[in-house]
Amino acid sequence: MRARNTIDQLATDVEPLKSAPPEDVQAAQTERLLKAWKTPTGWRYWSAVNNSEVGLWYTAATFFFLLFGGVLALLMRIQLARPRNDFLSAEVYNQAFTVHGSVMMFLFAIPVFEALAVMFLPQMLGARDLPFPRLSAFGFWAFLLGGIFLAGSIFFNAAPQGGWFMYPPLTSSYQKGIGPDIWLLGFSFIEIAAIAAAVEMIVGSLKCRPPGMRINLIPLYVWYVLVASIMILFAFPPLIAGSMLLEVERAFGWPFFNPAGGGDPLLWQHLFWLFGHPEVYIIFLPSVALIAMIVPTFARRAIVGYTWIVLAAIGTGFLSFGLWVHHMFTTGLPGISLGLFSAASEAVAIPTGVQIFCFLATIAAGRVVRSVAMLFSMGALVIFVLGGLTGVMVAIAPFDFQAHDTFFVVGHFHYVLIGGALFPIFAACYYFFPLVNGKQLSEKLGRVGFWIAFIGFNVAFLPMHVTGLRGMPRRVFTYEAGIGFDALNLTTSIGAFVLAIGIGVIFWDLLRPKGKQPYSERNPWNAGTLEWTQEMPGKPWGIRSIPEIDSRYPLWDQPDFIRDVDEGRFYLPDAEEGLRETIVTSPVDATPEQIQRLPGPSFITLIAALATGGFFVFGTFHWWWPALGSLVLATGVIIYWLWTGTGLIPEKHEKDAGLGLTLPLYSSGPSSVSWWAVVITMLADFTAFMCVIFGYFFFWTIHDDFPPANINGPGVMWPTIAAITLLLAWASTLLARRWNRMDWPTGFYAGIVAAVVLALAGTAFLLAGPWFTRLDPTSHVYSATVWILVIWTAFHIVIGVVMHGYCAARRIARRMTARYDSEIVNVAVYWHFVALTVVITVAVIAGFPLLTRG
Amino acid sequence: MRETVNKQETLWLLAFSPAIWAIHFLLSYATASVWCAKISGRDNPIDGALLAILVYTVLALAGIFVVGWLGYRRHRIGNGNLPHDDDTPEDRTRFLGFATLLLSGLSAVATTFSAFVLFFFRRC
Repeated sequence: MRARNTIDQLATDVEPLKSAPPEDVQAAQTERLLKAWKTPTGWRYWSAVNNSEVGLWYTAATFFFLLFGGVLALLMRIQLARPRNDFLSAEVYNQAFTVHGSVMMFLFAIPVFEALAVMFLPQMLGARDLPFPRLSAFGFWAFLLGGIFLAGSIFFNAAPQGGWFMYPPLTSSYQKGIGPDIWLLGFSFIEIAAIAAAVEMIVGSLKCRPPGMRINLIPLYVWYVLVASIMILFAFPPLIAGSMLLEVERAFGWPFFNPAGGGDPLLWQHLFWLFGHPEVYIIFLPSVALIAMIVPTFARRAIVGYTWIVLAAIGTGFLSFGLWVHHMFTTGLPGISLGLFSAASEAVAIPTGVQIFCFLATIAAGRVVRSVAMLFSMGALVIFVLGGLTGVMVAIAPFDFQAHDTFFVVGHFHYVLIGGALFPIFAACYYFFPLVNGKQLSEKLGRVGFWIAFIGFNVAFLPMHVTGLRGMPRRVFTYEAGIGFDALNLTTSIGAFVLAIGIGVIFWDLLRPKGKQPYSERNPWNAGTLEWTQEMPGKPWGIRSIPEIDSRYPLWDQPDFIRDVDEGRFYLPDAEEGLRETIVTSPVDATPEQIQRLPGPSFITLIAALATGGFFVFGTFHWWWPALGSLVLATGVIIYWLWTGTGLIPEKHEKDAGLGLTLPLYSSGPSSVSWWAVVITMLADFTAFMCVIFGYFFFWTIHDDFPPANINGPGVMWPTIAAITLLLAWASTLLARRWNRMDWPTGFYAGIVAAVVLALAGTAFLLAGPWFTRLDPTSHVYSATVWILVIWTAFHIVIGVVMHGYCAARRIARRMTARYDSEIVNVAVYWHFVALTVVITVAVIAGFPLLTRG
Repeated sequence: MRETVNKQETLWLLAFSPAIWAIHFLLSYATASVWCAKISGRDNPIDGALLAILVYTVLALAGIFVVGWLGYRRHRIGNGNLPHDDDTPEDRTRFLGFATLLLSGLSAVATTFSAFVLFFFRRC
């Protein structure tokens, strides 16, 4: 039963109950809700999956890594404080700057966005939790394991030394230790966690909004998070693909980046920066989003230019993918290519500027109340604008030729990142802290911390621009006296320590015991957005009843709003069955579609992260058997997780959600959250595949003969047979879905068996091509690329076969029926992508050589 | 008026203009790269590639204009004024239209920026 999207339902407004339920009813409801959402106690606390717990752990872990990266920075500044210093050896210095950059980017800036979003997104959306709480928890544990692995390596003098962007050949043939492997595998693991978080955010912001929160009413933070999460889907896969290629080169000698075998180190730079530049905006957008929430609250008015800010978020999201080559201006690419990327780099300044003008206009049009959160926001804008201006300078190729690889660039991006991310996050700490434990931070300590940090930051980084313009290169562990660097470096080092003291004050404010301090009043800043309905201290349920939204600032515009939420006058005021539930709505108009049952606490997420992590950690040390064992274990654990926790058939078809609304308890296909999650995950996966395809054509452009004349493979016959067989496997999957829906079990099982047999045969045919034509992947990059494409495709088919088996088992166990069929529906979606992958792989490896040789 | 806005809207229109910019950008980049690597070499004129980029630009701007016009019409439905923040299907559609219009403007500027390479480069 789909909810009806009739004209009436779209156009009419639902009002809360006219009178509150009797008090004893309210008390009973509250008790049932509290029981369903109870946070586990004792050691079982760590099995919690609720967004408030996971978000808090996540944020705390990222702040720990921030301090860790900060200490490394201070060590480097001691080393550089005077010429010819011997505080750090060159080798340790190399590790320090590599780990500093990597930690700040991968273990602080990106995950802190995910952490804050996990913590606050449900509150802003009036949802009980995000749609996949266990996925968030899994992402957190994966992040923590990968982070400790990478950060810890520096204590064993085993950390990577190639800079945070890992350029080969410096990180391939010149570094034999395990440092680069730790980086490549550790971060691949963390990137998978980031993609998991992105799936959660996208589905959360499109499908878990409260009824009535149409697309023109959603909080700006949600817009930014949506855009940044979609960017993750397209930005992280290039790095995952690149890391895979570089690791295969390091481990097995396939020469993707080695010119001796026809490879090219520039391919790494393309793939890295195809990730690396959008990543800057993935960091910046969710941080500036925090400012977009803070400014209207303290300006006491609605944001000016809401649509313009949406333009800025979406526009930046797109344009940021056209900037990656501006990190490669000095690699000798054709001038016309540089021109295109320079143009896009200038264009991105337009949407970036638009949102800042909107904030300034809101401040100018409002009556500003002073606060530490506002202070940090304004400081952030000042610093960020300065960084943006030097950004416009280095976007001009001839200027970049001069400034490239000097401290000018270091100064530039610290202005961008500290102004664009760190200061807004500190602003958010002061603003949102009452939502975390019901207490306020100290305005006094905050002001002191701000000014020390702000002054220290500028003392440290402003002179750096001059140091760079005078010619001091980055990543060099010392310098000679008397060539104009001494005083500047000393100033920077002093500033760095002042900045550290400021940050220390802020951290003290965050961590100091607050036991005696009274709880904050509710909505202490008189904000207008939904997250401030929370009680002080908050309850684990997210929100007492899920409201109907009529405004961008419901707390300002909807009369008696908090009372109606508290008294359960809105939707889902109860947990009759003792289960965790939230409402799923449509993406544009937020029309209620379904009541989604959410899973409760479980250690399975931690176990799954440990098992998956084992594969990456053992792989780093090239212990292949334990790595393989971990992979098998991880597969088993994840199947158990899915089997026991997902696609559960509800005890009844539908349920009363309150206010006269009856909603189904189960859905499959495009109205379900799981279908969206599969589509989104596969988009990311497909992007990684397309990056390898890009590699194939990249090699074609740099070689005069590609495929090389002396290599005959993989031929046309085997790939073509494989494609036909695999497309039949795909068709069988679709038939199985159809026959399952028609409740014809024989047909369903026959379809599954046929699909499995065809898929396995097709995989064998696909591998037969390069095998029988004796392509040696270590001899030339052409053979290596063909093999990697074939193996990628085969791996996906094998996963698809496991999914077939899973669907059959579900049906046998009566956990999937004709009506409750989301398993086979989602597996069919997966197979759409597999079919596309097969077609493209075969067209490239078998078809393209025909074109070039024909 | 109600019938025209009560139909289900999707978010895709928002992405059209920036997507046209992206396609224009990628095509221009790919054309230039392949031309330089395979056809002209580094030191010869690249008039063919420039002509292609000119054609892409004209087509892209035309496409962006059409999308922008569709957005403008939605923005102007009925007599709603900015900021389009009412809880009605009309304002939802007006908002999506206005955002589409703004994104089309940005995309047009960015596409024009890309086309500037036509004036600056005669060789690779």
